Amino acid sequence: MTELLAPPSDVDTGHEIGRARRRKEDAKLVHGQTMWTDNITVPGMAHFALLRSPMAHARITAIDVSGARALPGVIAAFSGADLVEQLGSLPTAWPVTPEMVSPPHPPLAVDEVRYVGDAVAVVVARDRYAAADALEAISVDYDPLPAVVDLEAALADGAPLVHADAGTNRCFVWPFSGGDYEAARAAAEVVVARRFVQQRLLPTAMEPRAVVVAPVAASGEFTVYSATQIPHVLRVMLALTTGISEQKIRVIAPDVGGGFGSKLDVYAEEVIGLILARTLGRPVKWTESRSEGYQATIHGRGQIQDIEIAAKRDGTILGLKVDLLADMGAYLQLVTAGVPLLGAFMYPAIYKMDAYSFTCTGVFTTKTPTDAYRGAGRPEATYAVERIVDELAHELGRDPVDLRRQNWIRHEEFPYTTIAGLTYDSGNYEAATAKALALFDYDGLRAEQAARRARNDPVQLGIGVSTFTEMCGLAPSRVLGSLSYGAGGWEAAGVRVLPTGKVEVVTGSSAHGQGHETAWSQIAADLLGVPFEDVEVIHGDTQSSPKGMDTYGSRSLVVGGIALHLAAGKVVDKARRIAAHLLEASVDDVQFEKGTFSVKGSPEAKLTIQEVALATFAAHNLPDGMEPSLDSDAVFDPENFSYPHGTHLCAVEVDTETGRPTIRSYVCVDDVGSVINPLIVEGQVHGGLAQGIAQALYEEAVYDDDGNLVTGTMADYLVPSAADLPNFVTDRTETPATSNPLGVKGVGEAGTIASTPAVINAIVDALRPFGVDDMAMPATPERVWRALHGGRQGGVGDGGAR
Amino acid sequence: MVAVTMMVDGVACSDEVEPRLLLAHYLRDRLGRVGTPIGCDTTNCGACTVLLDGESVKSCSVLAVQAHGAAITTIQGLAGDGAWHPLQRAFHDNHGLQCGYCTPGMILAAVDLLRRNPDPTEEEIRIGLEGNLCRCTGYVNIVRSVRAAALEMRESATSGVGR
Ligand code: FES
Ligand code: FES
Repeated sequence: MTELLAPPSDVDTGHEIGRARRRKEDAKLVHGQTMWTDNITVPGMAHFALLRSPMAHARITAIDVSGARALPGVIAAFSGADLVEQLGSLPTAWPVTPEMVSPPHPPLAVDEVRYVGDAVAVVVARDRYAAADALEAISVDYDPLPAVVDLEAALADGAPLVHADAGTNRCFVWPFSGGDYEAARAAAEVVVARRFVQQRLLPTAMEPRAVVVAPVAASGEFTVYSATQIPHVLRVMLALTTGISEQKIRVIAPDVGGGFGSKLDVYAEEVIGLILARTLGRPVKWTESRSEGYQATIHGRGQIQDIEIAAKRDGTILGLKVDLLADMGAYLQLVTAGVPLLGAFMYPAIYKMDAYSFTCTGVFTTKTPTDAYRGAGRPEATYAVERIVDELAHELGRDPVDLRRQNWIRHEEFPYTTIAGLTYDSGNYEAATAKALALFDYDGLRAEQAARRARNDPVQLGIGVSTFTEMCGLAPSRVLGSLSYGAGGWEAAGVRVLPTGKVEVVTGSSAHGQGHETAWSQIAADLLGVPFEDVEVIHGDTQSSPKGMDTYGSRSLVVGGIALHLAAGKVVDKARRIAAHLLEASVDDVQFEKGTFSVKGSPEAKLTIQEVALATFAAHNLPDGMEPSLDSDAVFDPENFSYPHGTHLCAVEVDTETGRPTIRSYVCVDDVGSVINPLIVEGQVHGGLAQGIAQALYEEAVYDDDGNLVTGTMADYLVPSAADLPNFVTDRTETPATSNPLGVKGVGEAGTIASTPAVINAIVDALRPFGVDDMAMPATPERVWRALHGGRQGGVGDGGAR
Repeated sequence: MVAVTMMVDGVACSDEVEPRLLLAHYLRDRLGRVGTPIGCDTTNCGACTVLLDGESVKSCSVLAVQAHGAAITTIQGLAGDGAWHPLQRAFHDNHGLQCGYCTPGMILAAVDLLRRNPDPTEEEIRIGLEGNLCRCTGYVNIVRSVRAAALEMRESATSGVGR
């Protein structure tokens, strides 16, 4: 196993940006002084619990909640029909085509259930045990309808329909192309095609979802506490969904224990909580149990990818064609339909080619809805392209790194507009790859692999390569508009300089483990020249940080961090004018460095920013017409995405007698542009790697033919522990983004994107001599063993997670 | 209802509880010791880990009545007021947490691990913490944290003897 190295140490460089500051967030977290949503208790608060459908698809022919109402401790019980006037429909923000089928999605099913876990009734009781007990006293008669589980079967003629009114299970078809793929294919000397399956995953943020709604009934005001990534988006959507005026709703995301996309949504329970609080005039709380969440919180991935690559025999890639089936599940959640589109732009990856053809078909099934899960579309795309490039290398008898090098965009070719129409601003794939190969000892491992093959060693060695880039910093609003997304992609920040010279930074990014308080403090401290400790970061409450687009898509630093940069710049501009006035100098002669304004040529004439802050507060002597405030706001809308990239290398030992794959070493060199805090960057990469490796080796949400989620508890769904994962060697190259003043690119999803194909490429590489040329995920020992003993590839349903 | 009495973070607590009440819910809902979170309903995640008479247990797999007469230590009582246990310090220094939801359980499981094995290898730490899941960190920094704390605790134990 790789040696465990120390984390980056915090060296005082004279600049805050770039320091490995230990996090401000930690003190309360390691002492348990946290405010998780489930910790919140409001006087008079009742608990609600939901009765969920045990059937994947059925008509509700009768439902009776009176038994629950009669039980001690029960305050109220409602079926969907009881609340039908108030239910409305949960929002979807991304109608990807004008024709997209967007069925109504009531937060409580009224007459039909469409997945196991679809809520049908709600009980409100004095405590959570009483609420859970009372669910058993509700009687529901279901008239079963056929489950729709398989994506291809769902599209077949005469397939049972998830939404009968829609007349089809086809949610949308979204074609996209660049160049002429048919021409490229005709010119090709080699064509390799594969089908890859992106199994469904359960995001499993460690904090389950929870919501508390506290009303002030007399004035019609509501405070919604929710374990959400998106307090601002949620507020708008709750107003639109319930008809409650937006200014009467305050949303607070208190401490939030991870999200990974699963809390980037507007959920039934948030709307039901609001409806109950309004109806009953009292505060209510709901906390998800883990098993409930596995049914009721969105799933990730769930795609079938048919991919074809066309190349010349000399290795030049000519074109790529992708046909994608994307599992929507039973309903469209907030961005369900858009997730595969985020991948659409990334299939050409870091490669040059003449033509690209992409078609995505969204498919309804009677399963939990899918939505964004860490990487959202981009891990799927990267997996398919990095797998097919490896297959092409094998077909051509080429080293997989060598073939990539032949086709990737060279560093001197940036900015480069890809066949998918994105303009990559900067990158250096050569540098990242060279560094990774050296750290990994690629040549040494290849030699060992050859030796093991030669001696028929029962433990074979495989080496997996994956390069990647991703579009981060979601997103330029005009691009979102062109993709029919329902909102913009800007972010807001504010800087308040208090009379004592301390600083409050208000951000619209809503962190849930990423360390924004630390990183934003570093940025503000550098730009304003104040101590790191003097900065407080305020976020996650629509009352104190009223404007924002929240946290997802590796966007916080790249968009929100730049908004902070702009706001801080405005503060300095204002302070400079006041300093010039007080120093009786012209504004142009006043310079600002490390928190001090001084007059050029007279070094003794100077004022600190704290002194200027106090003078501004007193307001006794300000320039004419100047308002007495340094506070400034900014909203930043990016011009372009940012494009982090990296090279990941994985060595896997496969025991050919048991089929067990073991990661022996994992090296990645990521280029996320300039770095604010290397400690946080490393942590983000580690966590991403763990999730990507988990997709490759361990995790799969399995449904049976009747639409039951058979991996429905944490005992059945393998979230890896420390014992299941290796050490990682992570390093960086730094090619600053040219699209923003901090040069940053985003890091939240990088590790997840590149690691899955690196692991599977390694396993396939180990098994090549046995005639294996693909491996379904997760690559369980049973699947690997079966592939070794006869199967050309480890297929789905033959020894997966269940 | 059954009467239970236990010491929780140094405070004697007596209550009447339903026999089925989980210790985790007793701590959180009745005593307001919400520093101990809950992450699952199948005793897999370890988020709810506390020390019961010095040994780590998953408080979601213990009934409040089973803890009758015991001394419970939660993350909130691990170090004295305002103080930091070496593991709390090491998790901070080594970035052994991100969202922090697994952290109380992880730290208390590590307290027990180091009590039984003051100088664990990396492998022993990984296996020792197998019952505690973290979705954020990928565990590398958790292992670093536990190793760093173990070193510090061994050193301060030795210097304590010398004094
Ligand atoms: S909450 Fe106790 S083990 Fe998960
Ligand atoms: S730090 Fe988030 S689950 Fe461990």
